[in-house]
Amino acid sequence: MALEPGSPGPQSVVARPSAWGGLTAILDTPAKRSTAIVVLLAVMIAIPLLPLASTPYVTTILINALLYTILALGLNIVVGYAGLLDLGYAAFFAVGAYTVGILTTTFGWTFWEAIPVAVLAAMLAGLIIGGPTLRLRSDYLAIVTLGFGEIVRITARNLQITGAASGIFGIEQPWLFGWHIHTQTDFYYVFLGLVIVGILVSARLASSRLGRAWLYVRHDEDAAEAMGINRTRVKLAAYVIGAIYGAIGGAFFAVNFTAISPQSFSFQQSTLFLMAVILGGMGKIPGVILGAFIVVLGPELLRDLGSFRYLVFAVGLLLIMLFRPSGIWPVRSR
Amino acid sequence: MADALLTLRAVTLGFAGNTVLQSVNFDVAAGSISSLIGPNGAGKTSLFNCITGFYKPQQGRIDFAGTPLVPLKPFQVTRTGIARTFQNLRLFRQMSVLENVMSGQHCRTKAGAIGAILHLPSQQREEREIRDRAAACLRLVGIAEEEWQREATTLAYGHQRRVEIARALATEPKLLLLDEPAAGLTKGEKQELIALIARIRDERKIAVLLIEHDTGLVMTISERVSVLDHGLMIAEGTPKEIQSNPRVIEAYLGAEDAEAALAL
Amino acid sequence: MSLANLLAQQLVNGLVLGSFYALVALGYTMVFGVVKLLNFAHGDLYMVGAFVGFLAFSAVAGLVGPGWFGVAAAILLSMIAVGFLGVVIERIAYAPMLKAPRLSILITALAVSLVLQNAVLTLTNGQILPFSPKLGFAGINLGGVFINYKQIVLAGTAALLMIGLELFVSRTQYGRAMRAVSVDKDMCELMGIDVNRVIAVTFFVGTALAAAAGTMAGAYYGSIWYFMGFLIGLKAFTAAVIGGIGSIPGAMLGGLVLGLLEAFGTTIPGVGSEWKDVFSFSVLILVLVFKPTGLLGKSEQERM
Repeated sequence: MALEPGSPGPQSVVARPSAWGGLTAILDTPAKRSTAIVVLLAVMIAIPLLPLASTPYVTTILINALLYTILALGLNIVVGYAGLLDLGYAAFFAVGAYTVGILTTTFGWTFWEAIPVAVLAAMLAGLIIGGPTLRLRSDYLAIVTLGFGEIVRITARNLQITGAASGIFGIEQPWLFGWHIHTQTDFYYVFLGLVIVGILVSARLASSRLGRAWLYVRHDEDAAEAMGINRTRVKLAAYVIGAIYGAIGGAFFAVNFTAISPQSFSFQQSTLFLMAVILGGMGKIPGVILGAFIVVLGPELLRDLGSFRYLVFAVGLLLIMLFRPSGIWPVRSR
Repeated sequence: MADALLTLRAVTLGFAGNTVLQSVNFDVAAGSISSLIGPNGAGKTSLFNCITGFYKPQQGRIDFAGTPLVPLKPFQVTRTGIARTFQNLRLFRQMSVLENVMSGQHCRTKAGAIGAILHLPSQQREEREIRDRAAACLRLVGIAEEEWQREATTLAYGHQRRVEIARALATEPKLLLLDEPAAGLTKGEKQELIALIARIRDERKIAVLLIEHDTGLVMTISERVSVLDHGLMIAEGTPKEIQSNPRVIEAYLGAEDAEAALAL
Repeated sequence: MSLANLLAQQLVNGLVLGSFYALVALGYTMVFGVVKLLNFAHGDLYMVGAFVGFLAFSAVAGLVGPGWFGVAAAILLSMIAVGFLGVVIERIAYAPMLKAPRLSILITALAVSLVLQNAVLTLTNGQILPFSPKLGFAGINLGGVFINYKQIVLAGTAALLMIGLELFVSRTQYGRAMRAVSVDKDMCELMGIDVNRVIAVTFFVGTALAAAAGTMAGAYYGSIWYFMGFLIGLKAFTAAVIGGIGSIPGAMLGGLVLGLLEAFGTTIPGVGSEWKDVFSFSVLILVLVFKPTGLLGKSEQERM
């Protein structure tokens, strides 16, 4: 093996991101690739037109699926990339929603003025909670995040400024350059836009220095630290970025429904977000989207089963962990 | 030793009533190749762990190029210029050879979330640099380019050991700590390892400190050998001096056998 | 009621509450000791224990009457049945995951918890079921503080169970093996100890204690529902952490401490029952951040 120090930099060297779940590996023949492009084009044309072809009820479900996609993408950064089990993600969702709710109804701010504050509030919460606790071992961290989620929910339920148990209602829907965003179709396009941005941001992060650092810390914390990586700061970055996704989702959720109450921010909600991340395929963007749609559409399709459907989900999660821990999305083999 | 790169003074470490290191004094000179040997359980890996910040000694000082290391966290120690490999090989699973080595470059670069999201030119440039430097380290240790995309833990054992060395080199250290780098290697691979260590020192001007059990390898390559036994530093010197030191022989063979060996 | 009386009453309440927490915390700590896993489903096993106890009680009430004997039989049956459930869960869900990355087994434990909760939710349609054995309201009066017999018997039973556990751990072979496995599992395997069997026994005992606590709590508070395990699980975990995770006396101590803290906490003006849980969670977070080894735990330096 010839060793030539100082030889020119390699052009062929690529550190492939794992975020796309091996899509490029699955689409390895020209035939498959053309089919994929056609399907993608069809989907891209169909998606914006969907609301026109559906009833308001269906559009609402689609909006819900898109909302869950945003939140699942955010939680995916925390759980799927950085490997931190967060059982209280609904807390950031709540911070975003309540900040917007309080600032617009009690203080008369506009939505666009309120949303940066909501994001900052969530980031601050992430720093305060994450700072001292992210260095704990994973079991303890899981319970701490759960506790934090409960603290936020109970506080929202008890304080007057958050509307106590009945929550906040009459939240004004925003205007954007003369466009009043108030119909379900309007919100569909807004959430679709957010999802697209969310996907791009997630993909860029995954293939970056920070994204790699998350994987190093996740696979072997001590070895990562030995390589000079500040594990706490890396984990904190994931946690805070996840918080930002949560807050944005919460803010738009608040104006979509114009009313929020503590029930939407419970531990059950946090577990639904977690299921969305895991069921489809943790760590991989297409898997996370799939998972979010399963979690939202599943109960709709299984509506006849009543409360039995949540049992179906729970059993599904257990089976996936036991037999296919990488999720439904196919794993690429190198 | 005057102007030593790394100095340990009176380092004492204990766990739950056991004393692992007792008042150890130890120096490593810049650009040197030295070895740390001793019977199993002598405390050698614990010494590495103290240097790299994973264990905190109860007493003593550790200084590296003028910086006290004891109060630092492990990632800070690495940033001052010390890198290590592990006795039990700890490559990152499910990641490629190249990605593994690139981890070493993390502490020498700074692009953050914003740069990544916005795909700033500075971030793209830094990414190229990270890959180039990692590639250079892989070439230095002799891993063929065809292997770089393979999952690191699927490589042959000897190659994995080299990848771990490349990964440590990617942190741009001034001192490289190798924990039993020859364990499990064939004779031919050990020869290559000797050549590699010499290359690392000569081309990159890095001081190398090895923990090793293979005395042949140790005596061939080391300028200085230090011997640790039950947490005490019992001898230091050139390989020749160590080989004929009665205390060393006794530590390895036990008192009676030592007498017999010396009588030969 | 004078302040002294109020505090004394809360002392009693705190001790009773604390003994439930202690029983559940013991299960957490024992399981953590042998498999280094926080069994997220433990609180739900307490809940299942309550339901099984309720069913057992209804079944035997015809034979032994709806009084103390009925409750005792219910506790016993629940302990055995749910103890076995605990072992089954361990064999099916956790044993295959012990070599997998940490995150996987944590999520699996969460999944088990959700399955148990939702199973009972489906079966009961989310209703709160009344569980009222005829135990009467009689009690004794100690200098102005009223302690009813329910409290005495239940706290006493809990104490008995804890003593039994202590004897089991210190005197029997399984107990010694359990302690050995929690210190160094790999070494135990090398020494020929059937580690899998020890783990199974540990799960059985830990789960049985939780089931006992569940049945007793159901009888004491008079109702059971599918979600009762959630909060108790968190509180018991808090108790185990306060006492020092992995330490059996620590779990007992932690349980009592938490019970007392909560009971006295509600007497502080301003901290009503709505804030009680926030109070407990805050204690948990503070303990984990500042003293993760708890009161009796050992400071562990991880060997690299």
